[in-house]
Amino acid sequence: MSLLESARFALAGVAANKMRSILTTLGILIGIAAVIVLLAVGAGTSNAIKAQIGKLGTNVLTVSRSTAVGGRAGAGAQVGASRTRSTNLTLDDDKALTDPVLAPDVARTAPIVQAQSVTGTYKSATHSVASFLGTTPSYFAITNSAVASGALFTDADQQAGNPVAVIGNTVAADLFGTNTSAAVGQTIQLNGQNFTIAGVLGAKGSSGLNDPDDIVVVPLSTAQNKFTGYAPTLASITVQATSADVMNQAQNELQMILDARHRVDASSRDYQVRNQAQILTTATNTTQTLTILLGAVAAISLLVGGIGVMNIMLVTVTERTREIGIRKAIGASRGSIVAQFLIESLIISVIGGVAGIVIGFAGSAFPIIGVQPEVQPWTVWLSLAVSAIIGLVFGVYPANKAAKLRPIDALRYE
Amino acid sequence: MAVIELSGVNKVYGNGEAEVRALDGVSVTIERGEFVAIIGASGSGKSTMMNIIGCLDAPTSGNYFLDGIHTAELDEFQQAQIRNRKIGFVFQNFNLIPRTKAVENVAMPLAYAGIGRPERRTRALAVLDSVGLSSRADHKPSQLSGGQQQRVAIARALVTNPVLLLADEPTGALDSRSSSEILDLFDRLHEAGRPIVMITHEMDVAERAGRVLRMQDGRIVSDVLQQPLGGRALAGAQ
Ligand SMILES: Nc1ncnc2c1ncn2[C@@H]1O[C@H](COP(=O)(O)OP(=O)(O)OP(=O)(O)O)[C@@H](O)[C@H]1O
Ligand SMILES: [Mg+2]
Repeated sequence: MSLLESARFALAGVAANKMRSILTTLGILIGIAAVIVLLAVGAGTSNAIKAQIGKLGTNVLTVSRSTAVGGRAGAGAQVGASRTRSTNLTLDDDKALTDPVLAPDVARTAPIVQAQSVTGTYKSATHSVASFLGTTPSYFAITNSAVASGALFTDADQQAGNPVAVIGNTVAADLFGTNTSAAVGQTIQLNGQNFTIAGVLGAKGSSGLNDPDDIVVVPLSTAQNKFTGYAPTLASITVQATSADVMNQAQNELQMILDARHRVDASSRDYQVRNQAQILTTATNTTQTLTILLGAVAAISLLVGGIGVMNIMLVTVTERTREIGIRKAIGASRGSIVAQFLIESLIISVIGGVAGIVIGFAGSAFPIIGVQPEVQPWTVWLSLAVSAIIGLVFGVYPANKAAKLRPIDALRYE
Repeated sequence: MAVIELSGVNKVYGNGEAEVRALDGVSVTIERGEFVAIIGASGSGKSTMMNIIGCLDAPTSGNYFLDGIHTAELDEFQQAQIRNRKIGFVFQNFNLIPRTKAVENVAMPLAYAGIGRPERRTRALAVLDSVGLSSRADHKPSQLSGGQQQRVAIARALVTNPVLLLADEPTGALDSRSSSEILDLFDRLHEAGRPIVMITHEMDVAERAGRVLRMQDGRIVSDVLQQPLGGRALAGAQ
């Protein structure tokens, strides 16, 4: 007998018990939909992170103080430890990095100081700022930041130490409501000190993990004046290479200059240089781990669905033992009985798979925890294949059980 | 060549204390064109023998030749093919497949024989017509009377044009009117030359056959050729 005939019998079997078939299908449906949505969330997160890092620029290096040195100080010489403390990143380091002879591949730099737990206040509205930076106007050029309204602060502001601030979209929305352009020219208090808002930055969009728009940027001199004091210590230096192709050369030049100035070598560096590619790798690794975890959860629900299919197929075979006996008595071979029940379980799980894919697409149309899921085409094919495999794997045992029955035993079954 | 040849067939169920000898050295030959009735007390081994003849069960020992084929040498697939093409089996309790139309029930053996759908339907409808049920072709078993269900079952047994028709108490679940309809049908089939083996409990049913085997304790204790009720020639004389 042809497979087509077996498929017809199988279809009739599925249709004979519609409610049961639908409920069994549901188990696979939920599993497949979960796989598609969760993998789409994973992909969406990782793409959002990539996009955000891409916006910062692919030719940006960050020099920051190394935290590892402090830990090594105990094991190392006393002299080394004290020297490390005295040679933090300074404004002089920043200036040295723009030396056109020693660092021909560096385009520009921005020294950065940071203050923690800064709260902005406007009239009765308050906002706790996630990221408060003091820097020079070149920071805006390096990070591709432009204002949506108002203006960036200038070199003149920086030299005069004017109390002006450029704020991110989130901060502006929190303090001034949806019409963020109303913020320009207003005076707000940052930890009680008056600042005039020069401009509001254009929104960069959240990646779901952190919000790049929750930021306040003030001139470096003003920040030192009002928040961090005049200690020459910088939090970091943001460096832009002349192009993305010379990142390695630029990094080598930075390290040569700083090693000489700090009197350290590769083994004892008290600073670290990170480029965006490294940050990207770290971030992608994190989201990959997340995706694998989510996928594992979904896979478990698929397994449960598969066991449901097997369970129902076993019930079906037991319930239809007499029918199997009749079929054998009128000439059904073992193979055609196996085919009939195997195709039956295949139909149930593939229908579940297809419905799961549809639901998965529908579920991925909406943002989930701030991330727009992106359905990966390969997960669709994978889901189809997996649901077919589930149908086969979990159908083999019941189908064989049915086919193995001796006709006389099956006919006598009560 | 005999259509059925049993020689020294034994069937033993269980073992030790619980051993039951359902068949005890049965030897019998049935020729083409014969209409054989098997009678005997309940538990005498009639169904056991019939199931072996129908290839639904295998003997514990002894040989069974069907149409010259030694059945013990067949593998599972070949046995399925024998059941499909050479034997038509009619059961006491009809054994139709539920929720399946009469015509599809009748056509099912043809599906397992690998015959295409249009031809299956034509042939099934023709056989249904010959048992007088063409108007019920699209009814499900649950929508048919017992007699009608049995006629569908007979149509199913006949659709592959088997060399042998086996019936295990085909009228056992029917009233006397339906019974005589079924038996008339068997008479006609026999007239057309098809060998029939039928188990029955009722003597008036056995009278229709040309040959009566009586069983007792797993043995054939008498084998009588008789003038069938309808006045047809003795089967043994053909
Ligand atoms: N599967 C089985 N297991 C054990 N014993 C069995 C089995 N099938 C039949 N028997 C025994 O074999 C003997 C013959 O049974 P069989 O069904 O052939 O009788 P029968 O002549 O058809 O009786 P009836 O007229 O009541 O149908 C009985 O004693 C029965 O108990
Ligand atoms: Mg019986």
